[in-house]
Amino acid sequence: MNTRGLRSQLKDSVPVTGMGPQVGAYGVQDTLRSGFSSVKNELLPSHALELSEKNFQLNQDKINFSNLRNIQGLHAPLKLQMEYRAARQIQRLPFLQSSHLALDTLKGNDESISFEGILNDPAQSEMMGEPHVMVEYKLGMM
Amino acid sequence: RKMATLSVCQPQLGGFSFENCKRNAVLEAEVTKLGCNIPSARKTGTTICGVVFKDGIVLGADTRATEGMIVADKNCSKIHYISPNIYCCGAGTAADTEMTTQIISSNLELHSLSTSRLPRVATANRMLKQMLFRYQGHIGAALVLGGVDCNGPHLYSIYPHGSTDKLPYVTMGSGSLAAMAVFEDRYKQDMEEEDAKRLVRDAIAAGIFNDLGSGSNIDLCVITKGRVDYLRPHDMANKKGVRTGNYKYKQGTTGVLTKSVIKLDLEVVEETVQTMDTS
Repeated sequence: MNTRGLRSQLKDSVPVTGMGPQVGAYGVQDTLRSGFSSVKNELLPSHALELSEKNFQLNQDKINFSNLRNIQGLHAPLKLQMEYRAARQIQRLPFLQSSHLALDTLKGNDESISFEGILNDPAQSEMMGEPHVMVEYKLGMM
Repeated sequence: RKMATLSVCQPQLGGFSFENCKRNAVLEAEVTKLGCNIPSARKTGTTICGVVFKDGIVLGADTRATEGMIVADKNCSKIHYISPNIYCCGAGTAADTEMTTQIISSNLELHSLSTSRLPRVATANRMLKQMLFRYQGHIGAALVLGGVDCNGPHLYSIYPHGSTDKLPYVTMGSGSLAAMAVFEDRYKQDMEEEDAKRLVRDAIAAGIFNDLGSGSNIDLCVITKGRVDYLRPHDMANKKGVRTGNYKYKQGTTGVLTKSVIKLDLEVVEETVQTMDTS
């Protein structure tokens, strides 16, 4: 079984209980890639809303899928998740801007606007993602 | 994973960024030690109210925006457009009310295009309360939402933490107690339009004259089925006075003793014409 691919999926699911230390490949802080460590920065979130906002979309999806399962049966969320997984693959490599049009249409985000679309537009972010690192992270090689 | 790192592993997401919260907390502590103040957000320390009458809704608001103890805007507009048949008054942090009402207005427009129906007040209420609850009261927007839809006139009050009340008359803001006193005294069910306008005007005036955070003019918005009257200003309760005396000296008050004229010989050295490219 390809464990590398699975590891990349685990990395993207954010743990709800606090923010853990960033361990690198050998089980210690990877200073080159993730900078110096500071206990204060990692143990406590800097704002009361930080954790809830980071997990908001995931939690909403969980609520919706569990409601759907209770109303229509197990097949409904399974089918939807399969469609989401297919739509999520329609994108460019991580360091380029993708429109996520298919995924947005499925989720209904094409008919709503929130702070995600107004503040902090990723297309105008000041930091550039380094292409090699981002692709390595996505494929779980990091 | 964020600014401290040399490289970014995941693509940036939009929305609120909490990167600078710790730095701001440290800065605030240092500045307070020195005795200065960090700039405060502009609030609308306000009186806003709404009332349901026979055919629709009357919304009222004052027009003062404060920044601490200083009046930041003498004539700001607190009645925001949500949809052609729904308007919303906002109290609290001015930027929060402005942005929240604009976002909900956009969402309602998209929703109404998708359902091809006139939006309902209950939809706007639900969208607002879900957004405000999501941010746990950090978005300081206290709103009075009113409109007329296919089910008749509706009036809601929405608090910053996300709770809402559906009532026949509501007041919000720092002058809400003064305005509510007027409502409790004179509200009757199924009033006529002129009575309702007079009642709202008096309630806002009570807030303006008895609360420091409210002042200047009174804006009204009357919403009925198929018609919206946005009366801005409806009543200028606090007009700035006109000076009664003139303190300028008359011509010739100062006597002229001597007068000498020196002519300066100026000659034209160079004359250039620069044509502008307006095509």
